[in-house]
Amino acid sequence: TKTRNNLSKKIQDLIRFNKELNSEFYEELEEILILSDVGVDTTQKIIEQLKKDIRLRGIKTSDECKQLLKEILIQFLIENQDEFVITSPTVITVVGVNGVGKTTTIAKLASKYKAAGKKIILAAGDTFRAAATEQLEIWGQRLNVDVIKHKEGSDPSAVIFDAINASKARGADILICDTAGRLHTKTNLMNELSKIKKVIDREYVDAQKEVFLVLDATTGQNALQQVKIFREATDITGIVLTKLDGTAKGGIVVAIKSEFKFPIRYIGIGEQADDLQEFNAQDFVNALLDF
Amino acid sequence: MAFESLASKLQETFKKLRSKGKLTEKDVKEAMKDVKIALLEADVNYKVVKDFINKVNEKAVGQEVLESLTPGQQVIKIVHNELVELMGKTNTHINFASKPPTVIMFVGLQGSGKTTTCGKLAANIKKQGKRPLLVAADVYRPAAIKQLQVLGQNLDVPVFTMGNNINPVDICKNSINEAGRIGSDVIIIDTAGRLHIDDEMMNELKEIKEAVKPHEVLLVVDAMTGQDAVNVAQNFNEQIGIDGLILTKLDGDTRGGAALSIRAVTGKPIKFVGTGEKMDALEPFHPDRLASRILGMGDVLSLIEKA
Ligand SMILES: Nc1nc2c(ncn2[C@@H]2O[C@H](COP(=O)(O)OP(=O)(O)OP(=O)(O)O)[C@@H](O)[C@H]2O)c(=O)[nH]1
Ligand SMILES: Nc1nc2c(ncn2[C@@H]2O[C@H](COP(=O)(O)OP(=O)(O)OP(=O)(O)O)[C@@H](O)[C@H]2O)c(=O)[nH]1
Ligand SMILES: [Mg+2]
Ligand SMILES: [Mg+2]
Repeated sequence: TKTRNNLSKKIQDLIRFNKELNSEFYEELEEILILSDVGVDTTQKIIEQLKKDIRLRGIKTSDECKQLLKEILIQFLIENQDEFVITSPTVITVVGVNGVGKTTTIAKLASKYKAAGKKIILAAGDTFRAAATEQLEIWGQRLNVDVIKHKEGSDPSAVIFDAINASKARGADILICDTAGRLHTKTNLMNELSKIKKVIDREYVDAQKEVFLVLDATTGQNALQQVKIFREATDITGIVLTKLDGTAKGGIVVAIKSEFKFPIRYIGIGEQADDLQEFNAQDFVNALLDF
Repeated sequence: MAFESLASKLQETFKKLRSKGKLTEKDVKEAMKDVKIALLEADVNYKVVKDFINKVNEKAVGQEVLESLTPGQQVIKIVHNELVELMGKTNTHINFASKPPTVIMFVGLQGSGKTTTCGKLAANIKKQGKRPLLVAADVYRPAAIKQLQVLGQNLDVPVFTMGNNINPVDICKNSINEAGRIGSDVIIIDTAGRLHIDDEMMNELKEIKEAVKPHEVLLVVDAMTGQDAVNVAQNFNEQIGIDGLILTKLDGDTRGGAALSIRAVTGKPIKFVGTGEKMDALEPFHPDRLASRILGMGDVLSLIEKA
């Protein structure tokens, strides 16, 4: 976009003319980070760290500084990024606020794991939103994956209960559970998530349990609140960042990583089943600071 | 978190400054840093914040603040008023055509709440005694048509669909005839979610607009959107041309600063806000409420007004 190009150009000029690391430079930097949704606190934290390292290493030019900045951001992001291993059986519950891309992400995950030779079952745990079940069913048909469903308005825990039994009976490797979008401020809906967790813990004792919180890369500082409160209702084990194919840079996950340390598992880069990638800190930082 | 703390922060700042003696213009500028941070934390766009702070600075260095016994409150009052001003006059009217049918077209990013809001607006319009027709022009998202049909059924509002093996432009054209046939006077078109940088999909909207000449093109925006909101809105406005905004998901705890940014860069009015998933959760927009929300201080303001 125009905005970013101007900024990139300014920074590039700063670098090309080998300008000193003056306050103008830091202000530009602040602007870039905040415009990417990194947030005020984390931006300040990053700039403090940068200044400290610059002193320690005796860095003089903004070019070296740019490299250093990337290193710092990568340090932030690779924390707790252990390798993601799936054993059989595994239950993945996918949660998040409304419209972030949960159902589509489930289709993408199913497609990915199926291609790796796993047997997948999907649970239509969103019994609330109009045609949510049909949406998942269409994906199931496209991918040739079984979908366990109840009718609209029924208890989501009951759907998941059934899906667990179906997974056991059919020898599925991975059960992926859709849930209705819910704002983290709605206590009763958050309690429903705790209930789903209880059912899974009780009914599928030997399964590996994963809970993916889906965040929309376009989201601003509210994503921090989302993580904070979803974490209280359920055991988040990983984050999926969607819609990175837009112009938003998803800088909010830098803030999230600095505060919460959950591993970021995947990124969504489109609406099709294969538009999912494993998260890579290096690539992410390069995109974030693409100047 | 600086939530709800702007007022106390400003008070702190001014207390510190005043202990040095009389307040100066420089002190006000210093205090404006608190305001800047509060706005950025509310997701108001960085550039919009910068302009805004410069403007407000000028007003705030007036004698009123410098001599005030409660400079923190004075600053908040000025900031709040300026925010309300920036968000414009209330305008929550739908432009109904003098000669029906009125055509309303919804556009926006994926998952922003278009389909749900189409349903809500249909419910709202129906209550006014009109006869809306919902048009399913999203042929891409799995079960998008079904979603609109379920909403229509629940609301007892007809839904026009031609399936998903047909060009959305043709669906929209045909919906005009359908409206005539069944006596509908307001056509509400649900389009697929799309990225503002997806040329092909943006062209589709241009074609639909060209074909049905809508009286209202409404951009639906998620209130939780971050800094990129301005690029999204600018692109939709420049490429398609929008008449107004609907801000969704305000029932959460987002401060909704994106709305301010969008308003500032497009100049288009925010017509309604969405406050829930149910069909009655559509409210007229109140600039003063959003201003308080962005500043994170719903009740503080009424206290100041009384003081
Ligand atoms: N551009 C883009 N669009 C996406 C991506 N992931 C999902 N979407 C789109 O976002 C919209 C919402 O996706 P869903 O999967 O229905 O989201 P959800 O979280 O299940 O929504 P609710 O169940 O209503 O809360 C759809 O139009 C998807 O096609 C992505 O990575 N990129
Ligand atoms: N809490 C809350 N949820 C909302 C609101 N408006 C819409 N939603 C929810 O947001 C999600 C996405 O809404 P949709 O209407 O499907 O969004 P859309 O823009 O049509 O999505 P696409 O067609 O995929 O681009 C759904 O779960 C809706 O129930 C609102 O004001 N508040
Ligand atoms: Mg869903
Ligand atoms: Mg839709």
